[in-house]
Amino acid sequence: MDLSLSDEQKQLQESAERFAREKYTFDNRRKIAATERGWLPENWAQFAELGWLGMAFSEEDGGYGGGPIETMIVMEQFGKGLVLEPFLPTVVLGGGMIARAGSAAQKEALLAPMIEGKKQFAFAWLERQSRYNLADVSLKATKEGNGWSLSGHKGVVYNAASADNIIVLARTAGSAREPKGLTLFVVDAKAKGLSRRDYPTQDSLRASELTFDKVSVVADAVLGKVDDAFPTVEEAVDRAIVALCAEATGCMDAINAATLDYIKTRKQFGVAIGKFQVLQHRMVDCFTNAQEARSMTLMASLKIDDKDPTVRAKAASGAKVQIGKSGKFCGQSAVQMHGGMGVTDELSVSHYFKRLTMIDLMFGNQQHHLTRYSNLAMAA
Amino acid sequence: MDLSLKPEHKAFADEVRAFARENLSPATREKTFSGKHYDRDDHMVWQKALGKKGWLAYTWPKKYGGPGWDVTQRFLFENVLAEEGAPRILPFGPKMVGPVIYTFGTEAQKERFLPGIRSSEVSWCQGYSEPGAGSDLANLRTRAVREGDHYIVNGQKTWTSFAHWGDWIFCLVRTNTDGKPQEGISFLLIDMKTPGVTVRPIIMTDGAHHVNDVFLDNVKVPVENLIGKENEGWTCAKFLLANERLGIAEVPSSKRGVSVLRKIARMEPQDGRTLADDPAFTAQIADIDLQVQALEMSELRVLSTMAQGGAPGPEVSSLKVRGSEIQQRIAELTMEAVGEYAQPYQPGMLFHDTNETPIGPDHAPPAAPRYFNMRKTSIYGGSTEIQKNIVSKMVLGL
Ligand SMILES: Cc1cc2nc3c(=O)[nH]c(=O)nc-3n(C[C@H](O)[C@H](O)[C@H](O)COP(=O)(O)OP(=O)(O)OC[C@H]3O[C@@H](n4cnc5c(N)ncnc54)[C@H](O)[C@@H]3O)c2cc1C
Ligand SMILES: Cc1cc2nc3c(=O)[nH]c(=O)nc-3n(C[C@H](O)[C@H](O)[C@H](O)COP(=O)(O)OP(=O)(O)OC[C@H]3O[C@@H](n4cnc5c(N)ncnc54)[C@H](O)[C@@H]3O)c2cc1C
Repeated sequence: MDLSLSDEQKQLQESAERFAREKYTFDNRRKIAATERGWLPENWAQFAELGWLGMAFSEEDGGYGGGPIETMIVMEQFGKGLVLEPFLPTVVLGGGMIARAGSAAQKEALLAPMIEGKKQFAFAWLERQSRYNLADVSLKATKEGNGWSLSGHKGVVYNAASADNIIVLARTAGSAREPKGLTLFVVDAKAKGLSRRDYPTQDSLRASELTFDKVSVVADAVLGKVDDAFPTVEEAVDRAIVALCAEATGCMDAINAATLDYIKTRKQFGVAIGKFQVLQHRMVDCFTNAQEARSMTLMASLKIDDKDPTVRAKAASGAKVQIGKSGKFCGQSAVQMHGGMGVTDELSVSHYFKRLTMIDLMFGNQQHHLTRYSNLAMAA
Repeated sequence: MDLSLKPEHKAFADEVRAFARENLSPATREKTFSGKHYDRDDHMVWQKALGKKGWLAYTWPKKYGGPGWDVTQRFLFENVLAEEGAPRILPFGPKMVGPVIYTFGTEAQKERFLPGIRSSEVSWCQGYSEPGAGSDLANLRTRAVREGDHYIVNGQKTWTSFAHWGDWIFCLVRTNTDGKPQEGISFLLIDMKTPGVTVRPIIMTDGAHHVNDVFLDNVKVPVENLIGKENEGWTCAKFLLANERLGIAEVPSSKRGVSVLRKIARMEPQDGRTLADDPAFTAQIADIDLQVQALEMSELRVLSTMAQGGAPGPEVSSLKVRGSEIQQRIAELTMEAVGEYAQPYQPGMLFHDTNETPIGPDHAPPAAPRYFNMRKTSIYGGSTEIQKNIVSKMVLGL
């Protein structure tokens, strides 16, 4: 057993740490969040140059042969800086699904330019009724000549406004909530019949509601097998969950560090408030929570490549439960220990708190993943 | 012992309900149930209606223009108004400074200030906290120096809720720097229109503007605006804080919050059914429901002591602690009920009446901002840690 990073991984960690520290000061982040796009093309170009966009992909796919640990390393630093560039929708979700299910032609047309920084993706799976059930899909794709026609609605699609292609989960057969009968389509973001309503999210990211009104796609737009997308989606989402967990550990480190610093310097009753034992113990619990989050994230990152889908799913859900719990504890505690300052927009603390809260809501909250884990564990 | 209501109390509740239905604007009511922010008029129009009826200063004795209600009437009044979707009465005039004025003020001060508070024609804000004086209130630095028949006030107040709506601010100011910090504080009323008073907004996590910095720069305040004796303002300050804490558990609005939460759970889809069919989720609602009941019963026990002529003791601090936890938990569960659709941020739908359509269901846009915003309840009015220190010292003798 060896839980230490390799030299290359350490270098990656250092460069990601430097990026977050230099490019994502809190002031810079505010400015980037206020731009129309919500992220900076020059940063994206830098990701490509540094090899981050291809690091987790195999060499056959044009990547650099890394894996979940590399993703974990980068995402953690993104969490520290509250980085806004759409790495998760483009690289982890979009890239991940294309690498797993795409044909050689699709990889060449989509994955290669993505790794070069020239293409971005969005993943459209959620619908109003879905909640966290990935199979609760009713957007319909029907055969139309050689191709397909898509009609329906997708919600809270991250990065849809910047994406070149939207990867859409559609129902091609079966009844509502049946995992069988789902198909993934790669749709041009400018396709006729596809309309968008864009908006910012609570944590300053960008998402959209999408309406598909008889959007025509060619047969080659199918990613993977017709009617059989569910395993691909489930795996990609589990990977995204683990990446999100890594981001959350970065957020927790940052928010804990800010709080520790604050309680050492803020004086009330003639002493630093960190002298009060109740705050000391709360700070210790924050530290412990962040440690647990880091441990579960590492475990999940190490297990996410497992051939057995149950092992993979349990690891992802288990980590998500921990991140939900720890994130809430660290976030709420940080706000509380900052007193009135903690509930202002002016301090970074409230922004980390918002991001941690939204991470809990993405792809299933703590309660959802506790149930999923519990069911998987009971079935074993 | 008896929990049931006498017929005259039932009739009273009906009267309050009828009044609310007649006087509450439907738009204001809608904001309450959807969790959107009120604007100034939502509060003022409603409070003026209450004032006209003689019900705004409902905790005041008859002698000072209050309705002279018993504790059961007060309890019913608060509950019925919460059920009907009334905004909470802004406490600064009727619940905070009013009682200080009729308890510690001169006859002239009572005559001058109480009518405007009772009618809500004059709105007030609370200038206690300062950048260096939050939990440690006695550390305040704002100076008032007497020059003839005026005080010259210099300093900064912060976290001043609704200062941007306020006509007057009641301030704790330092009039003496010798001796114990509590002993040189005075209680001063300042007209916000006086030259030298500047209000600067503080924007909160959810994007809202409720609180402010208030800068006082050579503000000239007539000596007749001093309440009580110079350097003895701490007595007024503590009296006011005890009143503030009693009203802050917010049981009626939490009861409403639980019923709104159940309604949302019945509307939120999950696996082809609704969230109301998910026992793991509904058990969490039941849990918070029972906590609300325990808190309400504890409050009724305090009220019952008061009805027998007793004064509420420092144990009310534990009601404030629990009350804020409950409000926070309800907001948290409401956001979780909304799920993924809590993610879009639609400030337009929180603060203004717009024609914008919500992204997701109607109840979605305020859910997350409200959760973020409710973190304040365990901070303002004396933080949870401070309240627990009070209980451990004053009740448990630690
Ligand atoms: C089952 C059992 C087996 C044990 N086996 C051994 C053994 O094999 N050998 C041996 O030497 N000892 C043994 N111990 C003793 C054990 O180490 C002591 O019980 C322990 O150190 C606590 O001391 P105490 O019981 O005197 O409690 P106290 O020290 O009196 O503490 C009482 C309470 O006050 C709290 N407290 C104390 N100081 C602080 C502080 N500064 N801040 C906040 N809270 C504080 C404590 O956390 C505790 O909750 C054993 C104890 C138990 C219960
Ligand atoms: C939304 C909002 C509205 C407000 N409205 C008003 C208003 O209208 N007028 C007004 O005057 N004030 C108002 N306040 C101020 C409020 O009363 C203070 O924020 C509060 O007293 C806490 O002070 P602080 O923010 O300076 O935190 P601090 O006192 O700096 O506290 C920071 C942390 O340290 C903890 N702490 C401090 N001392 C101790 C101790 N001895 N033991 C253990 N823990 C301790 C606190 O509990 C908190 O967790 C408002 C605050 C908010 C957030």
